[in-house]
Amino acid sequence: MEDLGIFNHFYTLIIVSAGAALLGTVSGALGSYAVLRRQSLLGDAISHAALPGIAIAFLLTGSKTPLILVLGAAIAGWLGTLLIMSIVRLTRIKYDSVLAIVLSTFFGFGLVLHTLIQRTGNANQAGLDTFLFGQAATMLESDVLTIGILGGIALIVMLIFWKELKLLVFDEGFAASIGFPIRTLDILLTSLLVVAIVLGLQAVGAVLMSAMLVAPAVAARQWTDRLRLMVFLAACFGALAGVSGTIISSTASRIPTGPTIVLCATAVVGFSIVFAPNRGLVWDRIRHQRNRRNLKMETSRN
Amino acid sequence: METSQIEIQLIAIVTAVACALPGVFLVLRRMTLMSDAISHAILPGIVIAFFLTESLSSPLLILAAAGTGVLTVVFVELLQRTKLVKADAAIGLTFPALFSIGVILISRFAGNVHLDMDAVLLGELAYAPLNKLQAFGYDDLGPVSLYVMGMILVLNLVFILVFYKELKLVTFDASLAAALGFAPTVIHYGLMTLVSVTTVGAFDAVGSILVVALIAGPPVTAYLMTDRLSRMLMLSALIGSVNAVSGYWVAFLFDVSIAGSIATMTLLIFGFVFLVVPNRGLIAIARRHARQKWEFAQTMLVIHLFNHEGLPEAEAESAIDGLHEHLSWDPGFTNQVVRYALNNRCVSRKETQLILTAHGRTIAQKTLVQ
Repeated sequence: MEDLGIFNHFYTLIIVSAGAALLGTVSGALGSYAVLRRQSLLGDAISHAALPGIAIAFLLTGSKTPLILVLGAAIAGWLGTLLIMSIVRLTRIKYDSVLAIVLSTFFGFGLVLHTLIQRTGNANQAGLDTFLFGQAATMLESDVLTIGILGGIALIVMLIFWKELKLLVFDEGFAASIGFPIRTLDILLTSLLVVAIVLGLQAVGAVLMSAMLVAPAVAARQWTDRLRLMVFLAACFGALAGVSGTIISSTASRIPTGPTIVLCATAVVGFSIVFAPNRGLVWDRIRHQRNRRNLKMETSRN
Repeated sequence: METSQIEIQLIAIVTAVACALPGVFLVLRRMTLMSDAISHAILPGIVIAFFLTESLSSPLLILAAAGTGVLTVVFVELLQRTKLVKADAAIGLTFPALFSIGVILISRFAGNVHLDMDAVLLGELAYAPLNKLQAFGYDDLGPVSLYVMGMILVLNLVFILVFYKELKLVTFDASLAAALGFAPTVIHYGLMTLVSVTTVGAFDAVGSILVVALIAGPPVTAYLMTDRLSRMLMLSALIGSVNAVSGYWVAFLFDVSIAGSIATMTLLIFGFVFLVVPNRGLIAIARRHARQKWEFAQTMLVIHLFNHEGLPEAEAESAIDGLHEHLSWDPGFTNQVVRYALNNRCVSRKETQLILTAHGRTIAQKTLVQ
């Protein structure tokens, strides 16, 4: 029995690491676009806005099937994003304020629905802290499969529209002027983000999902100036953070997986900011001193 | 109404106003999401202070949490100053990391202390009146959180009144403020300290995520209604109070979370204002677009008539039945435009023809000169 316990533990660890790695790959790659477009916090808004969708899906179907709840979350997150886009387009309210108001009020509405569900006495529904922090440890093989398939589709769509999305990110005005349907592309990119976020809700939760989009991308940005390499590196960093976070949290009891993954991703960012060649702080300091020395040599020679 | 109901509404109003006032400056300075970052990042501060004091309402806890909030701002700015990370990404990196530390601390030591995660994150206004202030031999001087939020409100009011001119200048022209010798950094950190203290004070009542609705909601709504800072501050306070009271009653009627209802009312009232406000509202925008369409068509019509006026072909060109062919318009649309122009007395009907009135001629001349 002892051996079986260890085996089970090991098996769970592999499943959760695989799930976290896949999740990190998808969110790292797609997060690169959000970071480059200065929409890093869109992920935070979408993940909070998903709460009422989960509650409504549960109220309508009475089912706790993950796929149905995920669908509800995706629809609510998507509607929240469309609302954000149209408020920004139609008013003078700045992007960050719109994000803040949509994120908090959608979440508040979700909370209202949640108390409604609680009142109906359905005791075995998942708690709100699962939504907020996720429960990576409860990930099943089927969940990993779902993440793999849906995340894979999202990445393939990203690759198909590679050229269009690249233009959207770097020169929206030019893209519009040569006839690309900017608004449709914007919605496409955001929809891909929604997919990545909704997939991550169960594992790392709403609050920390935004970090999974931002951190790997920011780290990758330090190492390269090319989009292709940045997306690839971000995917790798995301996977690295997922696996290492899972392993670290499994070494001791009562270390939640989601936050550990986020801290690992943050550590990768810290390392990249300090040590990345060309852009990093160390490199910058060395270059600074070399310039100063050269300047001194030249002035003394004259 | 029972006393506790009145007390809850009072707490809600005071909290809403206290949050909305500094929120105005955050919204105008494009730093609204800093409130989101602070409200999440204070978690480790709350947890550590809670381990030390074992109470959720001790002043030390508020200080420690507010300190963590200011620390968040410092981290974000340090990251930005490396010029390697943009402002939004710096926020998106900092608060999840601090929040994660808080969550890990809670789960590591959850067995030893009683700290309800839901209470910290979501708050529960309904329980706020239960915690009474006891002093001077009286055991019921009103709810503690009313005193705490009241003091924070006064603090915010005093800060804004005393530094109104400085805040205004830093908000609208930071470089001019620096050039004139006002210290934008000092004002900035003063404001951020206020936001931190307010957030910490409010998390007890409404929880850390919905604080954002209180801070961002009323100022964003007021921003649609006015161009004056002073008016925006007053409107925000008013809207905040309306959100709070209406949210309370919705929660009471449907027996749901008060904080959640206040947030929901914030969205609904924002939506309502966005719909009907003059000039910037959706209805006003739609009407303006519609009017512009007809105005433009009418101008085209009078220019067409003006161009052929008094020339041999005028009769053919101005025949009402043939207008749509000359202007390449849809016949139905042409009829509507003719009716619109007739109503505005730009043209008049002469048998089967349309002729310009003096008013219509002036419009055509003016447009062509331009």
